Amino acid sequence: MGVLTACKPPAQTRQHDDAAAQKRGLKLMETKGCGACHEIPGLNWPRGQLGPSLMRFNDTGLIAGYLPNTPVNLAAFIRNAPATKPGSTMPAMPVTVSEAVDMAAYLQGGGRD
Amino acid sequence: MTEGLAGALWGWPPPVLDPAGPYADSVTVLAWALFAMGVVVTGIVVAALWVALRGPERWRRVLGGEKAVWIGGVAFPGVVLTVLLIWGLTLTASLTKPITGDEMRIRVTGEMWWFRVEYLDAAGNVVMRDANEVRIPVGVPVVFELRSADVLHSFWIPHLSGKLDMVPGRTNLLRAEATRTGQFGGVCAEYCGGPHALMGFVAIAKEPEEWQRWFDARVAADSVQPLAAVSTTNPQLAQGRELFMENGCAACHRVAGTQANGLAGPDLTFMGDRATVGAGILPNHRGTLTGWIGDSQGIKPGNRMPSYDRLSAQQLDAIAAWLGQLK
Repeated sequence: MGVLTACKPPAQTRQHDDAAAQKRGLKLMETKGCGACHEIPGLNWPRGQLGPSLMRFNDTGLIAGYLPNTPVNLAAFIRNAPATKPGSTMPAMPVTVSEAVDMAAYLQGGGRD
Repeated sequence: MTEGLAGALWGWPPPVLDPAGPYADSVTVLAWALFAMGVVVTGIVVAALWVALRGPERWRRVLGGEKAVWIGGVAFPGVVLTVLLIWGLTLTASLTKPITGDEMRIRVTGEMWWFRVEYLDAAGNVVMRDANEVRIPVGVPVVFELRSADVLHSFWIPHLSGKLDMVPGRTNLLRAEATRTGQFGGVCAEYCGGPHALMGFVAIAKEPEEWQRWFDARVAADSVQPLAAVSTTNPQLAQGRELFMENGCAACHRVAGTQANGLAGPDLTFMGDRATVGAGILPNHRGTLTGWIGDSQGIKPGNRMPSYDRLSAQQLDAIAAWLGQLK
């Protein structure tokens, strides 16, 4: 627990208050098919089990157990996971930088549980 | 331009009453006309009801008389319904007009729970195979020869035509034509068991020249061996191909130019060129393809492809990488 809290940046640096970005983020997660591998808050179908659940991602200390859960890291990971975490089996996604930022905002904004 | 499924399918489920061709046009006009008639008739009935309950004595006497029954109960509906029937049949006559033989022919077979697609030449020979996707040239009349391999399905592209059942043992002919380019969502519109609600496809309309180039390339690749499928120096792609052959995928799926020759499932010769994964339900990219191979039962419960969850994520990724470059 001590390690996790140490890795987790203070809440105020991670919080996105941009509700519009979060809304776009959820829509993107739906249209890009992220649910094929992940359980995503606010998305009823699909709820893939192949990858880790993304429920309560805001409480996750490390992205993929590797990177501090910051907006920049998360957006980079969503866009190109193997380049961000060598060996990651999540493939690079066909999303733009701003789309990845919106999706990160949604996941870190707590989502709709 | 939005990407992904919503972009690919222009709304999901595909919106009705938004025609993109002459056949869907007539269905849409008829639907609005019937709706307008319904509104008028409901208005008359409500007005008559008000007169009967609250209206002046003189009006009520007229309404209760024999003449009102003859006019309102016999003459009016008789005339209106006859006119409507004749007009409706004339309007939609184009949907059922005989096939001239000059139309483009595409055979679509409903399977539990996907669509087998075969492009036919004028003689009825299969010249190219695909699945869950039909591509047509703009402005060219198309006849879909609809069949079913198992139970009742129904073929419906709301933007392009009416819906028509796919009946086992029969071939039903459906006319369609697109007057503008675009990607139009299609669905199975007849409950066919299990994951019926997740049985979709895409119709893509392209400019005729563009379509012809695409079609010629496809026909050539389908008969000759696509190089990408046969030889590769990329170790991950080679591994993906090997895993595909070793793990029984080839028993149900065909990839032209390889020993994969299964016919039970969708043809994967051009998997990388397809708009969707899982029969019109997910956008097609490396991630969704990986997810589908590893967890197809989680995504589309009850479908006939097993989840290959015994493969490692790295192995699934390799297969998806190989399939994704088959174009």
